[in-house]
Amino acid sequence: MSERSQTLARAARLRMNFEAAGAQVVEPPLLQPAGTLLDLYGEDIRARAYVTSDAVRGEQMLRPDFTLPVVQMHMREGAEPARYTYAGEVFRRQEHDPDRSNEYLQVGYEIFERDDPAAADAEVFALIALQLRGLPLRAATGDIGILMAAVQGLNTTQMRKAALMRHIWRPRRFRSLLDVYAGRSPLPENRLKLLSSEGPLTGSATVLGKRSEAEVEARIELLRQDAATPPIAENELLALEALMAVRETVPFAIEQMRDIAVDLPAINPALDRLDGRIAALKARGIDIDSLDFEASYGRTSMEYYDGFVFGFYAEARPDLPPIASGGRYDALTRQLGQGAEIPAVGGVLRPDLMLMLEEGQS
Amino acid sequence: MSLKLGVPSKGRLMEKTFDWFAKRGLTLARTGSEREYAGAIEGVEGMELVLLSAGEIPRELAAGRIHLGVTGTDLVQEKLPLWEQQLQELEPLGFGHADLILAVPQCWIDVDTLDDLDAVAASFRETHGHRLRIATKYHRLVREFLTEAGVADYQLVDSQGATEGTVKNETAEMVADITSTGETLRANHLKLLSDGLVLQSQATLWRSRVAGYSEAERTALKALTGLIHG
Repeated sequence: MSERSQTLARAARLRMNFEAAGAQVVEPPLLQPAGTLLDLYGEDIRARAYVTSDAVRGEQMLRPDFTLPVVQMHMREGAEPARYTYAGEVFRRQEHDPDRSNEYLQVGYEIFERDDPAAADAEVFALIALQLRGLPLRAATGDIGILMAAVQGLNTTQMRKAALMRHIWRPRRFRSLLDVYAGRSPLPENRLKLLSSEGPLTGSATVLGKRSEAEVEARIELLRQDAATPPIAENELLALEALMAVRETVPFAIEQMRDIAVDLPAINPALDRLDGRIAALKARGIDIDSLDFEASYGRTSMEYYDGFVFGFYAEARPDLPPIASGGRYDALTRQLGQGAEIPAVGGVLRPDLMLMLEEGQS
Repeated sequence: MSLKLGVPSKGRLMEKTFDWFAKRGLTLARTGSEREYAGAIEGVEGMELVLLSAGEIPRELAAGRIHLGVTGTDLVQEKLPLWEQQLQELEPLGFGHADLILAVPQCWIDVDTLDDLDAVAASFRETHGHRLRIATKYHRLVREFLTEAGVADYQLVDSQGATEGTVKNETAEMVADITSTGETLRANHLKLLSDGLVLQSQATLWRSRVAGYSEAERTALKALTGLIHG
């Protein structure tokens, strides 16, 4: 059999396994309207996805993943609870790394269910781990929800929290915002000059463009308020930094985070949810004592995940992308649901990489 | 076959390139009628002059259809994501200086840095229901710069000319464009962001790593680099 037909056969088998686990097969179209993806990810998606267009429908993207169309389909016509599976090509531009495939098969399993998120998280993780058994992989897990709870629980203004929340997935900008809010980096000189001026500031320059004078004045007012806001307290800041650095096996990670919660009590409910997930994973036979947990895991590449996140990596092949990955994306259903929302969790496998690793083993 | 040198086919960039090579003992000239893009080289045996639009030179180098080429750093980096693997920078030529910059309306007195821009982009989107539009023709360079800086909630809109005018026409909120003196910006009531320098560009002589080199072409290349560095 050719490499491609082997991969297709493996993909079909994996999808069958997911069907047997109770999922309904879905087949979203290859072309997705670009607008939704751009609204969600911003211009960055153009660096990752192929864009094409015609004069009638405008810009379309070759699907960069299945999650988005599956969520849209579910929000439109799905009954609850629901489990879906799919197998098919996704397309990613790899302009900086031509050795990586720009077209590959993904097989996925997604759960939309309100009742027991911990059980659903564990179900997805355990089912995917089962498909990968025997392969020399390391599983990484994390929970963006804990970090979000920590930010929401900071003793500071809503404006600062909103700015930090907006950049949870951009660690560098998050860091620089935090430094400003902690009073660690001085305000730029031009900002100080702007804030020290009195009275109306607009009016001297020609008003130009769609952003109005009122918007400029409103922001200056916000900047003045912010300059008068006391810095984030040292103990909270150290706790947040300690939290972001947690990288341990699950039992030790939980212990460390409970200690951190003394200064950041707002994370306790999120930690309780983690406890629930761990119990559910244990019940499904996952070896918790050797499972890795990184509090910052999933912050760079998985923008729509907002709770449990995981990935499976080939330890001997650090050059490869994750063989499987997934997570919880409740907020995505809210954004796409136009008022509706439903807790959702899912994951995908790469059959081509699985076959490659199996060949390497034999 | 001969060693092919691609040079911009018209304007000041062509003239200055001809001057630059002339100072180093290499005579480049257009031949035939004013409208015919043919050229000749004297000074090194076995070289051929190819006159091209400056914008096409990066692609021709990357495809290996020309061995050497003169074009701006901005065009190379915009058009070739893997330019370091495809091209070797032989010599900056010291002219054609231009900076790719980010500029916002002067009336945005609250905006001076990328931090400000990011904050404004967020509230602009909330207020107006669409992402803050940046007019440019340098999509890749600007996107990578803003990604690196962690700026979100913006949108690139294509502008192939008169970019500074897009803000007044309200087809964009700000621009990312090439400037050498900043005069056009000021005339259009725009100002630079203090940390918004995306790229400093100048005309540069590039060598294709992709092209094949015969014995004779190697000899010609050696003679040429001898002239340039000698």
